[in-house]
This record gives sequence, C-alpha cells and structure tokens, in this order.
Amino acid sequence: MLSRTAESLYWMGRYVERAECTARLIEMGHRMAMLPGSYSDEEWRSVASASGSAELFEDEPSITDATILRTLMLDPDNPSSIRSCLRQARANGRAVRNALTRDMWETLNEGWRRLDEVDVGSAQRDLPSLLEWIKGRAIMFRGAVSTSMLREDRFDFVLLGSHVERADMMLRLLDVKYYVLLPETEVVGGGRDYHQWTSLLHATSALRAYHHVYRGDYSPWKIADFMILNRAFPRSVAFCYDQIGNCLDRLARGYGGRHDCHGTACEMIARLDDVEMGEIFQHGLHDFITATITATRRLNGEIYRAYHF
Amino acid sequence: MFNEMSLDEGAIRPPYARVKEWIDGSGLELLHKRSAEAEAIFRRIGITFAVYGEGGDPERLIPFDLIPRVFSAAEWRRLDRGIRQRARALNAFLYDVYHRGEIMRAGIVPERLVYQNAAFQPAMMGVEPPGRVYSHIVGIDIVRTGETAFQVLEDNCRTPSGVSYMLENREIMMRMFPELFSRGAVESVDRYPDDLRKTLEEVAPPACKGEPNVVVLTPGPFNSAYYEHSFLADLMGVELVEPQDLFVDEGLCWMRTTRGPQRVDVIYKRIDDDFIDPLAFRPESVLGVPGLFDVYRAGGVTLCSAPGAGVADDKAIYTYVPDMIRFYMSETPILENVPTWRCADRDDCAHVLAHLEELVVKEVHGSGGYGMLIGPKSTAEQRAEFTAKLKDDPANFIAQPTLDLSSVPTLAPRGIGARHVDFRPFCLVGQSMRLVPGGLTRVALREGSLVVNSSQGGGVKDTWVLTE
Repeated sequence: MLSRTAESLYWMGRYVERAECTARLIEMGHRMAMLPGSYSDEEWRSVASASGSAELFEDEPSITDATILRTLMLDPDNPSSIRSCLRQARANGRAVRNALTRDMWETLNEGWRRLDEVDVGSAQRDLPSLLEWIKGRAIMFRGAVSTSMLREDRFDFVLLGSHVERADMMLRLLDVKYYVLLPETEVVGGGRDYHQWTSLLHATSALRAYHHVYRGDYSPWKIADFMILNRAFPRSVAFCYDQIGNCLDRLARGYGGRHDCHGTACEMIARLDDVEMGEIFQHGLHDFITATITATRRLNGEIYRAYHF
Repeated sequence: MFNEMSLDEGAIRPPYARVKEWIDGSGLELLHKRSAEAEAIFRRIGITFAVYGEGGDPERLIPFDLIPRVFSAAEWRRLDRGIRQRARALNAFLYDVYHRGEIMRAGIVPERLVYQNAAFQPAMMGVEPPGRVYSHIVGIDIVRTGETAFQVLEDNCRTPSGVSYMLENREIMMRMFPELFSRGAVESVDRYPDDLRKTLEEVAPPACKGEPNVVVLTPGPFNSAYYEHSFLADLMGVELVEPQDLFVDEGLCWMRTTRGPQRVDVIYKRIDDDFIDPLAFRPESVLGVPGLFDVYRAGGVTLCSAPGAGVADDKAIYTYVPDMIRFYMSETPILENVPTWRCADRDDCAHVLAHLEELVVKEVHGSGGYGMLIGPKSTAEQRAEFTAKLKDDPANFIAQPTLDLSSVPTLAPRGIGARHVDFRPFCLVGQSMRLVPGGLTRVALREGSLVVNSSQGGGVKDTWVLTE
C-alpha cells in the first residue's frame, strides 16, 4: 500500500474519532453548566482544554456555550472544530477514495457540509439533536468500517488512527479533570463532587456501563480505574492500547518486521496490565497521565517513521 | 435539424423504437421522479467534478439525462472503423513527428505548425516508446448532422476524460430500468476498465520482466477529474498515485509504500506534460517526479500518454488528420472532418473575417468551450473583439461553420424536448486496438444551445449501441 494512503486512512480514523469525542465533551460541558452550583465558566474552560484548544480562548474574559460552540463546533479555521474534523475526515477519505469501501465513503460524504449551514444561534437551539447527529456519523462510520472493510493493512491503519485518537482524547480529558479524582476532594464531599465525577462518565458515554460494573458506587478511585485500566470498557486507555497493539501486531506479521512503535505499544500494554490504581494514586495520578500522554505522542511519531508517512 | 428519434414526418427511426415505447409507457411524472432519484444516487456516491474560481459548491454534479442516445449496429460498425482508423493515423503521425518527419518533408503538414507548437516536446525526438504508441487513449469528438453524416470535431490524444460517466451512466440506467436492457438488446460497455488495464500492460517498458505494475498518476483530489482517476484505478485494481508518491532511483521509477519502495512499470498519467518532471520540462515547477523523464527515455518506465502527444490534437493540426490517413495508411478517411478554415492562411482568414456572423471561431489551443466565438449568437461587440484578436494573431485561430448538430429527446422541466448532442468514444491503443461499443454523449441542456461542455450547462446521457 502507498504510504500516503496509509497516512490518509490513519488520519481519517483520527478525525472521525476526534469529531465524536469533541461532541461528547460539549455534551458534558452543557450538562455541567446547567447544574446548580456551577459558577463562572470553569466547566467550559475545561472543555476547551480537554479538546486541546485552550489557547484559542486565552483572550476570552469568559467562556460561554456560544463561544464554545463557535470555536469547537463551527469554526472552519480551527482544525480541531467538529466541522473541520468532518471536513478533514472526508478530505482524507476522498484522497484515497479507492482504498475505501462504498459504504465507508457514503458515511463520510453524506451530510458533510451540514455544519456549514449552522450558526451559533441555531446550534444552541438544536444542540441535543446536533450532537446526536455528530455521534451518529461516527457510529455509522465505524459500522461501515467493521462490516465492509477487508481485514488487511488498510483496516489496521484506520483502526490504529481511531484508537490513538481515542486514547489521546481520554488522556487529555483526564489531564484536565484529574483534580476532581484526587483523594483530597473526597473530603470536600457534597453534591458538586458527585456531579464532577459523573460528568467524566457522561463525557465518555460510560455512565451505564459503569453502573453495570460498579453498581453505582461512585468513588474517584473506581472511576479512574474504569477509565484508565478497565480492559472491557471500549473507551479506556487500556482498551485503546490493546487495540493499538493488535493492529501493530497484524501489520508486523503482514509486513514481516517490527519497529520502534511496536516496542512503545508493548511497554504501554504491559504497564497498563501490571499497574494497580492504588499505585497510580500513590505515585501521582497527574504524573501518570502526563507520562502516558507523552508516550502516546511518541507512538504517533514512531508510526509515522515505521510506515514512511 | 436532424432529430435522431423522429423524422419530420413523425415516423420513429428504428433504433429508437424501444426508447420511444418506454418514454410513452412511463409518462412524464415517473421520468421526473426517476431523474431526481438518479441525481441523489450520483450525489451520494460522489460522482462530481470540481469547478475552480466560481464560488459555490466546489464539487458539482454533471446533470444526467435519463433518455438514452442510440446507435444502430450498422451505424456503430462504421463509427468503429472510422475511430480506429483515426487513432492509428494519429499515432503514426506522432511517431513520424518525433522521428524522420516524413509528412513535413512531403509538404503536407507545415513544419512550423509542428515544431513551433507549444505541445511539441523536443526532448522526445528519437525516443522509441513501446509499441510505437504515443496516445494510448484517444478520445475522438464526433458530431452528427444527418442520417449518414458523422463528422469529427476534435481529437484528444493526451488525457481525454469522461469515460467514468460512460460507465456510471450505464450502471445507473441498468439499475433503474432493467427492463430496457432485456434480451441483451444493448451492447455492454463494462469491459472498458479491463481493456484499459490490458492496454497499459501491453506497453510495459523493456526493463520490466514479469507482471507489469501499472499505476494511475493524478495531480490530486483538487483536480476536476479526480473522481474519474480514482474510479479507473479502483476498477483496474491498481494504485492511484500522486507525484510525491513516486521517486527515481538507479534508473527506475519507484513508489513509496508501507513496505518500502516498490517498482513502477507503467504510468497512466492524468497530469499535464509540464508537471511530470521538473528536471526535464519546467524547472520552476515544484510538482512532478525529478528524473522521471530520463527513466522513461531509457526504457525503465512507460508514460501513457507519451510526453508530447498533444502535438497531434491541436486544432490546427486537426485539419490535416484526413491527409495523415491518406499519407500513412493509403486509405480513404471513413470519418470526415468538419470543414475548417485555417486562419493562418491569408485567404482563409479573410474569409473568416468577412463571415464572422456565420462561423464558430476557436482558439487553436483552447478547450472546454472557452475562448470561442459562436457567430450567429454573438454581439457586435464580441465580433469586434474577435476581429482584433484575429488580426493580431491569425495563426492562433481556426473557424468552422455553425453545425446543425443532431438532437435527441431530453427530459426538460416542462416535458420532453429535442436537445443537441455530441459523442466521445474512447479508443485504446496498445499492442492491439480496443474500442468498447459506446462512449460519452454530451447534451446541451439549454434549448437551442450548441455548447455541450459541462462547465457551460451541458449534461450527459447513456449511449447505446444496439446488438444486431
């Protein structure tokens, strides 16, 4: 396969994932801002940081849902806005059109310009249905990938992109929100903390799954465990790394060769397997998150080099 | 005006019997409904072409008209022979241009038209392309003006586009109206991608042992014909590459893949000559594959079409194609040219200036329907502008009579009306010659209009060749 094709497939996977994750972040922010006791624009600011666009808001004295929607959903000049992500996912797909199945192309192509027509006012009015629609695009895309793509290297590059992005977004969300999970906030107690914790679960559509596993026992410890180490939860960091490892292993078998990226992925998988939440808290949750973010960035670069992107 | 379906006295021409019956049986309402469905399908699968600098939707659909254009088996037999004959002559001419130049020495084609032509590539002199083929895909634009009157309007020897519409139009017609194709009444066109791959494989370079690796070279997704490039690569099962995917090393051409470099043997290039190799053609260009032309010349890779093939499809050279057929093949041209005045000729130019109101004046290198004057529809101002241009640089223009193009029934907002059409078949030239029975019919959707170009209100139709 052409290296350019692999790169486009990888980024197509990343952009679709990013669009969806950003929609979930906005959903979380929207929810939190409605809660009693929500003060100033702290929630929206953390949404901005988690999406990696904090610097775009530096000059804003206060952030509202309107500024968030403008920048993170609709701004064509912000490369991480949902609109840009959908556009770039499609552009990457279009550039390698013949590496895509028709089903995949149609899910990328259908309605890709819908957000061009939306202004902030109507986005505020129709927010829930708009967010549902965006998540729906990503879900349909993944469905098309999983049901129509041959299980060969192309598939692995799409999946690799999706899971690198998903791990990265999860880690950034934790990076912004880690303090709500720190033990000392437990002392503060009260309804606000409860909402903070559950908001994290909301942002990853994990509330029900969490119930299923922990039966409504909300403790920061368990929430962190669920989001980082639970291999059964498809948005956890450990799950993403398992998938990354599988993709890289298949590529190594197909191409007959392992690279630096394989080493990095293996180390991460082993680490996430060995470590217990207690240890992580003991050594500092924030340090752990930061180190994992750094490793994921490095992995991205190593994938580039290994496959001549 | 020659109406291909019904004669003046109202009789239906036999090739259109099935179509006429179908139109009458379906009714307008159903046809309009199906037409909207077809458009939705085209939009969803993304069969679009890009338009630059006009704003609006960057990816447009070419309007598709449901009512097919039909040739009888006998009509096609003649077209088939005429098209092949012409494609052969054009390649013979190109070989001659880049070798001994016999036709110029014989005084048939003026030297300056060839050697001073912008599309002439001096670097191609003496190069021996595999099979002596320069133009591997020849698109010949044909118009009809009467029952037996077919004339060639233009040749396209470089990268004729539109074949994806031929295939997709048929696909959609068969999907929506299977009953029309019952009992194998219409010749199939779907072997075109296979034929194209075989043709390209046949011209593999001498350095290639074993199965040739064929690629399609596209300028990228922003090119107006990108959909077609990716469509053809897909149907042939070959890679679609951009210039940055290719590089030259040790006298061969390679593409960058996830497994490392892989050899490339045949390049179906859908990119202008000027942009394929900055070392050979345009040093200031940042596009292209440095060194590619040297590899080609040394027989390490084949470029299709060959650089410099465009010298044969110039509108001034066009006027000499019937002479080429006589000169190289000692045959009588089966398809004639449209009568053409060469403005480079003093007498012709005087005639054109005196008859601007009746003639169509075209730039020699123009294409896409731009840069032309349609006399009968022009304003005095436009004619004055062209008079000045003609006097300034007569050799840059040719003129032709306004042709009374044949018309075919077409679905219009209010009922069915006759609209003018032309026709572009695609002849493949490798070690052997291949031509699928069909091609692209373009239709001028505006009533009375003669301009079929998609950029100016043209649409496309499915083209049928009936079986015997």
